[in-house]
Parts: sequence; structure tokens; C-alpha cells
Amino acid sequence: MKWETVIGLEVHVQLATKSKIFSGSSTTFGAEPNTQANAVDLALPGTLPVPNEQAFRYATMFGLAIDAKINRRSVFERKNYFYPDLPKGYQTTQLDAPIVGSGIVQIQLSNGRTKDIRIHHAHLEEDAGKSLHEDYHGMSGIDLNRAGTPLIEIVSEPDMHTAEEAVEFAKALHSIVTSLGICDGQMSQGSMRFDVNISVRPEGSDTLGTRTETKNLNSFRFMERAIALEVERQIDLIEDGGRVIQETRLYDGEKDTARSMRSKEEANDYRYFPCPDLLPVVLDDSFIDAARAAMPELPKDRKNRFIDNLGLNDYDAGILAASAELSALFESANKVADNAKLCANWVIGELSARLNSDNVNLEDKGFTGDMLGLLVLRIKDGTVSSSGARRVFDILWEGEHADVDAIIETQGLKQVSDTGALEAIVDEVLASMTAQITQYREADDKKRKKLMGGFMGPLMKASKGQGNPKLFNEILQKKLNG
Amino acid sequence: MSISPEDIQKIAKLSHLQLEKDKTEKLGQDINNILSFVDQLQAADTSNIEPMAHPMDAEQILRADIVSEHDQREKLAKNAPAIEDGLFLVPRVIE
Repeated sequence: MKWETVIGLEVHVQLATKSKIFSGSSTTFGAEPNTQANAVDLALPGTLPVPNEQAFRYATMFGLAIDAKINRRSVFERKNYFYPDLPKGYQTTQLDAPIVGSGIVQIQLSNGRTKDIRIHHAHLEEDAGKSLHEDYHGMSGIDLNRAGTPLIEIVSEPDMHTAEEAVEFAKALHSIVTSLGICDGQMSQGSMRFDVNISVRPEGSDTLGTRTETKNLNSFRFMERAIALEVERQIDLIEDGGRVIQETRLYDGEKDTARSMRSKEEANDYRYFPCPDLLPVVLDDSFIDAARAAMPELPKDRKNRFIDNLGLNDYDAGILAASAELSALFESANKVADNAKLCANWVIGELSARLNSDNVNLEDKGFTGDMLGLLVLRIKDGTVSSSGARRVFDILWEGEHADVDAIIETQGLKQVSDTGALEAIVDEVLASMTAQITQYREADDKKRKKLMGGFMGPLMKASKGQGNPKLFNEILQKKLNG
Repeated sequence: MSISPEDIQKIAKLSHLQLEKDKTEKLGQDINNILSFVDQLQAADTSNIEPMAHPMDAEQILRADIVSEHDQREKLAKNAPAIEDGLFLVPRVIE
């Protein structure tokens, strides 16, 4: 039987506010345990929450970015459950009146197609603290620094059918929230966490199968693996005559395995009710208009600009526009080099490959758009060949030297474009290749093209790699054909 | 609507309350009395009325995004029965 996978995502995004959603504690990551937790975060008796305006502004910006309706009146509810990293005994969240209504996120797939993923809604809520289960004399340690960090939880419709679609959706959200500057996007620090709801059904069926929820995935790669594993598990289970149980599962990235965490059969009964400590929050038009005015360029708008104004193709524009950081570097490089296609190639190719393989970010690396721009300019004006440019890039990347022209000079990478000098080299090399010349002259056009390579190698060697290949080619053609 | 002794036990469990068996029945009666009062309220036609989120007819005041509270760990730790490495220690919880 052929199976269809159905995937929906719940995405927790930590908002980049300075202070917490309901208290004046700092939200900085990595502080000493409990140094950023005050009486409100600890839920001491007599404390009351006061909501942070910036969290509403950021949530509003997200809503506007996905063309969603912003609910002008939103209400907080208590979601009741017991866990020590949630000292109040409930999470303050939104249920019936979330701030962001339904919207659309467009994703780009590797086959070149795009697809709209519907957002059911997004609501504001508070993050929980952290439990550390290392051995504290048989006890657990609780760090409440994270408790009360503002989150938006983005809930998608079950519109995805492959791991690729789910990962592209996650990447699109990452791109939107980081471009808006409402989240730092540091996934390894838990700034974005994904819960994936997965079910399978026979192809053509229009009823949904029983779903499981794999919680707290914090990398795109883990997400892809976790989905593949879970789809395979469910199909095997059903084909062996079993049935899928609705449950929460945990994926272990290190071991690449997943296990059941708790069964929802004894349904978590959260007993939601409106939080009596908080009045309804009402946002007026001026608040929403100001949030809209404060919004930086969105990835989709940036993409269109790259295509329309800079002449990039759809694919290159999409890749660059998805990252605010790469886009900025690309644009400053292009300002220097004035060659969008070549700049885009270097950013998408060499630069992205290095960022991935070295697992670093641009800011720490000190690599700038000006450096790349000047390098591209030197390729463009023929000073350096593409292979020479790669060598220059290596040196820039390692931070040994930051001056492109000086590197070209000291490394002897300057391309020889003096036709007189090049012609002398061609004559010298051809003098020792009479057999190959005869072979070339007797060959047909198609074969001639192939044979050209046999001359280019020795020419580049004779010029110590510094001859301009394009000019060599021209001179060679003239000599061989004429 | 009425509530069974099993419901009472379930609610107690969800609320982490220890409830002795002999108290269940009495508590059940009390809750059922409240629920029958709720039934009377339910009889009112509210189909065109938006549910009330808060008894006060007012809007929430928001605060500016400023860090106004700084490290108070020493002070807050005095209330805690057990502390180590700056962490509050609680009976071990693992799901």
C-alpha cells in the first residue's frame, strides 16, 4: 500500500525582548543559574504579572509578516500542569483569543516549486525554566532564568507531506523572525524549538490517521531525521497489523533514536481558564500601524527586489534573501563590484560552504562585504583568475590579511593579460607540440573543442598559473586555426 | 450535570492534592451542589453574548521593555530549603 504523510508544526520562538514577558528580569542567555529570576518568575505569593509591551509589538510584526489578522483584543489563560520548572503551577498563555490569527507562509522547494503553508494562529506565552537531572544527591536542580521569557507559539495547519516541506517551512519561519529582528534565531540556545505532529494515511484517503508529537527539536537536521524515523515507525507498525497510539515522543539526536515520553491516552487535562491576574490586552490602530512602520524588509520582498532590480534568478535570489545576514553582505559586496551575479555566486557558493564547514558566523569571522566586493571586482577586471581568487578568498577567510590587492601581489596571483607576453608563451609551448597540432588540425569541430584542453594545461603551467585563460584561448585558436 | 467519586479523585490527582477516601463522598456532594447552581445559570440564554474574560471592565496596562530587576539570588535563596550551584533542589523528576 502507498502511504501519505501528514505533518503539522508547532514552533516556539523566543522573542528578543530585553526583559521578560511579565516581569522586569533580564532574558540574556547563559547567565549564572537563577541570577535572572525575580519574585514574579519564582511565583512567590503576592506577586502580579505586568505584560511587556515589546512582546506584543514583536508578535504583531510577525502577524503582519504572514498577512494574518491581528486580534486587537487578546486574552491570557492559565494552562494548568505541575512541573517544578513552572513554579506557578500553570503556564500563562493564550487559547481562544490569540494575538495572531490565521496567515500564510510560502516555502520554496528543491524542485523549484513554491507552496503555501497555512498558519492556524500564533499566540503569546511564557517559557518555562530548566530542570537539570544530573545527580544532586538524588534531587533535580531548577534554574528559573528562562522562566518568563516571552514566546510566540506558531501553529501550522497540517499542510506538509514530506520532511523536506517541514524543514523548508521551519527555515522560512527562521528567516522571517530573524529578518524582523524579533528573535535571534540561535537554535542551539533554544531560541527556536519545533514540535512536529506526524500521522500517515493510505494515499487518497481524506481522513487523518492518529498522530504523534515529537517534541523540542532544535535543529533542521534533527527535524528531518526525526520525521523520517517516525514515518517509518508508523508505517511499519500499521503494516504489521498494529495501530498508532497518540503520544508524545522525544528524539535523541546523538543516538538518532526516538522514544515515547508520555501517552496522551490519559489525556493531559490542562483545565484552561482566563487568568484573573491579567485584563484583556487591547491594541489600537496606532499601535499596529507603528509596528508595521517599524518592520524591516521581509525575505519575500527582498527576494523580489533582487530579481527585479539586480537581475538575479529566482533560485539565487531566494537563497540570499532567506538570510538577512547573507543578504547584507551580498549587497555591500555588490556595491563595490557592481556585478550581482558574480557576487551572488561567491556568497552562495564559497562563502556559504565555509560558514557551514567551519560552523562559524560572519560577525565572529570579521569577513566583510567590502572584502568580497573588491575580490569580485578584481576577477571582473581580469587582475586575478577564478582559481587565483579562491586562493585570495582562503587567505581573507583565515584572517591572515585583509587587503585583497596586497594578497594578490604578495602571492603572485596577478593574472598576466599582456597579449605580447602571452603570445610568446603560446609560441614556445606550441613549438614542442607538433604532433598534437597535426592531430588538432585533422579533427572535426567537435573533437577540436576537446583537444583544446590538451594545450591549455601546458600553457597554464608555463605561465605559472598566471596567464589569463580567456586570452590564452583566443591566441591559441588564432594560431591553430590560422 | 453531576460529578462521580472517580471524577473527584481524578481532579485531586491533577491538582496534586491528597484526598482521603472518606472525604471523597462529602466533597462530591458539595461540588454537585455547586454544579446544580451552575446548571441554573446555564439555563440563561447567552447565545449572543461574548464570554467575559475578566470581571473588571478595563484594559490591561503594558510596561516598557526595560530590565528593572537585577540579580536577587542570594536573597531569594534564603526561602529555599535546598540550594546547590545556585540551583533550587527539588525531589527528582524525570518523565
